[in-house]
Amino acid sequence: MATRALNIRSLRRTFITPEGVDLRLELGSGGSRAGAFLIDILLIVIALAVMSIGLFYVFSATAKAGAGEGGAGGIAVLWLIGSFILRNGWFSLFEMGSRGATPGKRLMGLRVVARDGARLTGAAVIARNAMREIEVFLPLSFLGAQTAEGTADTFLVIFALVWSGIFLFFPLLNRDRLRVGDLVAGTWVVRTEKAGLSADLVGSAMRPRRAFSPAALKLYGVYELQTLEDVLRNENPEAIATVARTIRAKAGLPDDGDDYGFLSDYYAALCAHLESGLMVGRRRENKFTDH
Amino acid sequence: MNARLAAAGDAPLVNATRFRQAHEGDWERLEHIVTRMEKRSIRSLSDEDLLALPALYRTTLSSLSVARDTSLDRALVTYLERLCTRAYFQIYGVQTPAWRQLTGFFARDWPEAVRALWRETLFCVVLTFGAALLSYLLIRSDPSWYYSVVPEGLTQGRDPSASATFLRSTLYSKEKDWLAVFATFLFTHNSQIAIFAFALGFAFAVPTVLLILYNGLMLGAFYAVFAAKGLGPNVIGWLMIHGTTEIFAICISGAAGMRVGLAIAFPGRAARMDSAVEAGRTAALAMAGTVLMLAVAGLLEGIGRQTITNDAMRMLIGTAMLAGWLAYFYAWPARSRVSGD
Repeated sequence: MATRALNIRSLRRTFITPEGVDLRLELGSGGSRAGAFLIDILLIVIALAVMSIGLFYVFSATAKAGAGEGGAGGIAVLWLIGSFILRNGWFSLFEMGSRGATPGKRLMGLRVVARDGARLTGAAVIARNAMREIEVFLPLSFLGAQTAEGTADTFLVIFALVWSGIFLFFPLLNRDRLRVGDLVAGTWVVRTEKAGLSADLVGSAMRPRRAFSPAALKLYGVYELQTLEDVLRNENPEAIATVARTIRAKAGLPDDGDDYGFLSDYYAALCAHLESGLMVGRRRENKFTDH
Repeated sequence: MNARLAAAGDAPLVNATRFRQAHEGDWERLEHIVTRMEKRSIRSLSDEDLLALPALYRTTLSSLSVARDTSLDRALVTYLERLCTRAYFQIYGVQTPAWRQLTGFFARDWPEAVRALWRETLFCVVLTFGAALLSYLLIRSDPSWYYSVVPEGLTQGRDPSASATFLRSTLYSKEKDWLAVFATFLFTHNSQIAIFAFALGFAFAVPTVLLILYNGLMLGAFYAVFAAKGLGPNVIGWLMIHGTTEIFAICISGAAGMRVGLAIAFPGRAARMDSAVEAGRTAALAMAGTVLMLAVAGLLEGIGRQTITNDAMRMLIGTAMLAGWLAYFYAWPARSRVSGD
């Protein structure tokens, strides 16, 4: 864990709570950010379409009832304000809520957080989302308007693509996956995942355990132990057989035909061994370091 | 699980087991409460849960610290990390209720943000009127300049070749239909420009300055056309009724964009990132409020101007609006400091 946090390429970031505990937040990856954005855009388009169709039906109904231009005017006003709010308010209003995420971000397990650990303010949310105007909407609407007039030449298309390219890939060009909006607003996007408490690998055994010699327990460190933990939790028979074979070969133990039982006993013994090291301040990181 | 452990009978072999036995109940209760808060809100909690929450949070947080130091069970540490993170956001990420945010915005945050941008705002106002004067002088000396300043789509026949009668008629046409639609269109269109002006500031404020400059040039060009036909005061009234609010709003959002651009270009003693963030948040507040100003301007232009055709009345409304905004932004501080929370 410590090595991963120190790794500069890792997406883990130190985030200290007021109680003084480092939560080691994990930043959202470029892919999940892009996915969340596409979901939001799709939802906005759907909402716009539903609103337009709904208002059109209302319009037809009022026209039949003879409401005339007053009714049509009211509907036009509703449509203008509705589409304005959808375009400019969708991201901001959702992120100002207690979830700190748009529906797209929620689906992708992301959340907007202030980089300094303080509460996410409305000002920061507005700043990060107003920047979308130059990141996405400006080149698009520019290109759209010119194409509609038939004046979009190659140069303009290239310019729009380069412009949006710079902003689009901006999060991949910095360590903290910041959008231009995040940069100006002092925010970043982190992963929020739910994880149930998985079963205890050691405590659940109800039978006598195999005993291992000190030499067999000196083979591995924390990294190997946690890899073994993953193998046991995944319960993939092939992986279990391979790992059991390797460990038996290294420790010079005979094959007793119960790979899973062997591995879980070995895990328990190795874990207890390494933890007793921890108690006296010796943490053996992996099999290459010795203590 | 606890039952099975009891059946095993032995003392736990590794710390994770001991640890899980001792605290699993607390963690699960916290997880239950947090899930409830995430799904609904803090109001859906029972009093008992609400009282238990802070203690459970601190217990779990210390469990995390201990687990990191003493346990090698990665699944356990990951579980506690995620649970603590979720709980942290529910406890510290709580937003003030919407109405409190809104009243705070209008009573304190917005005027303060606008006041903080006074230098940039003044610069934008000077820039607008400087550009207007320039384009007025240019067009007075050579009317053909008009066509290079104002795009064709906007003129609607209001160019130097138009007759005085026609120009006069455009100032006092009394539209009855579609007033509300016109007002709304103006509001959404201008607000979009205000947001652009803010966002464009990121490019070292240059595009924002150009936008403000161009706005001023158009203003001067329109005035020049009408003034040449002796309709100067009339067009001032026509522009003022909504213009004082609208141009002020555009200047504030331009100032917001400039602040961001300047903070990035010249961070001074602060780190560039910190400088950008501080400027970004202040500027965003100021810009958000201009949307409201532009809604007012839209109503004045779309409805007020179409129904009020008296020049003096139009000027009076324009002046009163300007005085109101100035008082709100710059004379408000004495009260806001006291009521701040």
